[in-house]
Amino acid sequence: MRIASILPFFATLALGALPGLAQDQIKVGEFASMSGGSASFGQSSHNGTMLAFEEINAAGGVLGKKIDLHTEDDRSVAGEPATIVRKLISQDNVVAVLGEVASSKSLEAAPICQENHIPMISPASTNAKVTAVGDYIFRVCFIDPFQGKVMAKFALSKGWTKVAVLKDVKQDYSVGLADAFEKSFTPAGGTVVKTQEYSTGDKDFRAQLTSIKASHPDAIFVPGYYAEVALIAREARQLGIKAPLLGGDGWVGESLLKVAGNALDGSFFSNHYSQDDPSPVIQNFVKTYQAKYGEKPDAMAALGYDSAKILADAITRAGTTDGPKLRDAIAATRDFKGVTGDITLDADRNATKAAVILTIANGGFQFVQRVAP
Amino acid sequence: MLERSKLTLLGALVVIFAASRFSSHIGPYYYDIVLSIGINIILGVSLNLVNGYTGQFSLGHAGFMSVGAYAAACFTTYATGVLAVLAPLGGFVSVSIFFGLALCVAGMAAGVAGLLVGIPSLRLKGDYLAIVTLGFGEIIKVVIENVDALGGARGFSVASGYTNLFWVYAMAAITIYVVLNLVNSTYGRGFITVRDDEIAAEAMGINTTKYKVLAFTLAAFFAGIAGGLYAHFKQFINPEGFNFLKSVDIVTMVILGGMGSTAGVVLAAIILTILPEWLRWFSEQPFLPHWLAHLVENRMIPYSLLLIILMLTRPQGLFGGVELKRKKA
Amino acid sequence: MIEFLQQLINGLSLGAIYALIALGYTMVYGVLRFINFAHGDVFMIGAFAGLYVAPVVLKFSNGGPSWPGAFLVLVAAMVICAILGIVIEKLAYRPLRNRPRLTVLITAIGVSLFLENFGQYAFGVDPQSFPDLIGDHAINIPAWCGPLTDLTIMVSQVLVFAVTLILLVALRFIVTKTKLGMAMRALSVNPVATSLMGVNNDVVISFTFGLGSALAGAAGILISIQQPSIDPLMGLQPGIKAFVAAVLGGIGNIPGAALGGVLLGVIETLVVGYSDRLHIPSGYRDAVAFFLLILILLFKPTGLLGRVEREKV
Repeated sequence: MRIASILPFFATLALGALPGLAQDQIKVGEFASMSGGSASFGQSSHNGTMLAFEEINAAGGVLGKKIDLHTEDDRSVAGEPATIVRKLISQDNVVAVLGEVASSKSLEAAPICQENHIPMISPASTNAKVTAVGDYIFRVCFIDPFQGKVMAKFALSKGWTKVAVLKDVKQDYSVGLADAFEKSFTPAGGTVVKTQEYSTGDKDFRAQLTSIKASHPDAIFVPGYYAEVALIAREARQLGIKAPLLGGDGWVGESLLKVAGNALDGSFFSNHYSQDDPSPVIQNFVKTYQAKYGEKPDAMAALGYDSAKILADAITRAGTTDGPKLRDAIAATRDFKGVTGDITLDADRNATKAAVILTIANGGFQFVQRVAP
Repeated sequence: MLERSKLTLLGALVVIFAASRFSSHIGPYYYDIVLSIGINIILGVSLNLVNGYTGQFSLGHAGFMSVGAYAAACFTTYATGVLAVLAPLGGFVSVSIFFGLALCVAGMAAGVAGLLVGIPSLRLKGDYLAIVTLGFGEIIKVVIENVDALGGARGFSVASGYTNLFWVYAMAAITIYVVLNLVNSTYGRGFITVRDDEIAAEAMGINTTKYKVLAFTLAAFFAGIAGGLYAHFKQFINPEGFNFLKSVDIVTMVILGGMGSTAGVVLAAIILTILPEWLRWFSEQPFLPHWLAHLVENRMIPYSLLLIILMLTRPQGLFGGVELKRKKA
Repeated sequence: MIEFLQQLINGLSLGAIYALIALGYTMVYGVLRFINFAHGDVFMIGAFAGLYVAPVVLKFSNGGPSWPGAFLVLVAAMVICAILGIVIEKLAYRPLRNRPRLTVLITAIGVSLFLENFGQYAFGVDPQSFPDLIGDHAINIPAWCGPLTDLTIMVSQVLVFAVTLILLVALRFIVTKTKLGMAMRALSVNPVATSLMGVNNDVVISFTFGLGSALAGAAGILISIQQPSIDPLMGLQPGIKAFVAAVLGGIGNIPGAALGGVLLGVIETLVVGYSDRLHIPSGYRDAVAFFLLILILLFKPTGLLGRVEREKV
């Protein structure tokens, strides 16, 4: 490597290390999967976050200063979140960190934020362990134990007492949600008649589905991500399985219905918000997002948006970006009117908010019911 | 010769110890990079023993690293009783011994894995050996993914970040010392003979399997230590972080350095650790046209192109053949 | 019983997919002694080529499924992939022809990584839905089969199976009965002697790569018809599995690749389908392939149908 290209690198980094260089801006860090296997989640939440900060900056910023967002890509690779969060904190001198969608990545970065007393807000990590890392770690979404309970109760309310579970063993999220579902389902009278597993990236599920079909379930709980869920639904219908599918917020993705066709009609899933909710707050958000990005915002985008807005709101309430005071302000968030609902952060720094249950019909999602915590 | 190298090692350890006293001054991001370089040096130098000096084609080195990582993580998480027993010796000493033990456990577990994989596999040659080692690397990954006690696919959080500059570079120095001394001994002759012409070696009555297995097991041992250091550095490990791509990273270091050159591999480890960070900086530069910035944002695109160009222009690596030439003269 | 039969069908169908990709791998290895790591990614490019070509072709059938249209898309993908394969060979592999095998293997890995990541840049990371080219549906099993009517066999599954067989036969024909095929076989035994006999090695090698890549392209289309969700990383997993299948059957052996593919598909499916009865969690699915790989390499490294090659000094 040429010396010439290395010198500016170190020079810039040295300059960046000087504290308070850009004092008319508030630096916020974000780490997300912008490339690699989980990229669609990262790009969605990033879009939502950027939109939020753009709106805030256009309205004059926070405490009179504009928000300067520093985004780092963890490439969906383990080990990266640690490196880039360290960089955001020590090189870019951010006052807070937003991220990540995937619980495993949040778990990696959280101890670093905690150690440095930099508040971290995860938009969409639902695994319970994330906020348990320390009192500087927050999330604006509900946690898996709640989501699992929601779907378990729903299944029982429909009279579906025999359920098969098909989970993604490679994902924190999927295994945690399946566990949560079973913990609520079985004591209340339900039976899990069959458990099968798959891995993220699989495209063929006929072996698992044939085995599930033979156990004659009333419904199949598939707490996975949309790429695989779409194919699972297709293959299930092809194999002649008529039972409805149940799932969680991981179902939300642009390609879900495009790939599944009408295989998911009549299936249900829990989500953070519904695009069709007529409330003006949501419709406004959907319109602005669509105008900027050319597609409707999914749940990750909405949560990215809310996490950014809550951070800005907390900075305003704290009157400062000082670590401990900012942390306290975030923890005191009550009834924040977000796109994903009325958000109150509880003592465990998780969001207490309602979930919605949606069904698929007529080529789109339809609202079924709202479930309060 | 032996005397001098022992002195060099001791000297190196002293310098490292002194350097580690100043490590708090360099900023966490750079510290992260420096430690990563050290760990990569251990990985590269150990793999070089197999791929470079012995000419065997191993594509599963990350698997041994993961065995070491999980073994060390389990030890420090579950064997806290040992720490309690050591406590009377004082905080610094007891933690050091505890971590040292964890690293030994890591190395030995990985070494045993290396032995188990090596003995059946090393009967195979060339491409077949590559495939088998790849296969074993994947099997190790899948097994860990399915063992819930190890956190499965979701990963294992390590509570204490014992790794620091001294540990990493001390282990790197020891690895280099052992490898170089081994290579310059009769064992080394054995390794190089196997690489140069295995059939001739067999015909001369040399037990090639013994040398191959020895190189393999030793390399696995050090990879395990690197894994243990990694686990207590990032403080979060999951199987996906030790996949085929990671093995490819390590092989790339060996090739860039020049197979059979320890100095080259060390330099390659430094370059290849800094490169992604440099690319990260480069992709953020405002003078870049938007499409180029996006292209470089996915750092794998320039990285893979660099790999191809490297192979096309200088496949013998930086120092390939240099060390051996010196010996012949 | 019905469950078992359905799992067998599933396994055969999965196996046919592996076999199709394995054919390309094994052919290139057989002639050039080279594991083309980028094969799985050429397969992915084939699928995306189909995605972009399909709307143009389907315009003639008003957007609906059509068999001739599907055939055209298949041919188009095969041609595009053949060209891609030849270009890759010329740029990345040919200059390294006299280098040690490790070098060219690393280059292949580099090409593979490049295709995957550039694909993410160019096509986006989200899976895209592949158009239904043939109007896929389950075959209607006549009522006189009794309980067998409960089985599901998709038209696309039969299609993949049939095309794999056809390509297998065609490939064997090319390799054993044509002049070019003879040149390929000669090249695999002794490249120097072959060129001394007046054969233009470069042309033969380009042809081999083109043919192998065309097979990958065909696989890309056929599999996308059956599993209509494509993304830039789709070649990774099937690539590795197909490679294992090729080794299982004897790498370099064409019928062996097909046999290996089918065997792997069936074993994998049965292990997953009966995971609870076998007490092997179905998460071990990928390990099955590698486990079989290691078994075969340890006990019969030349594969089920391969011949032992003595190395002469």
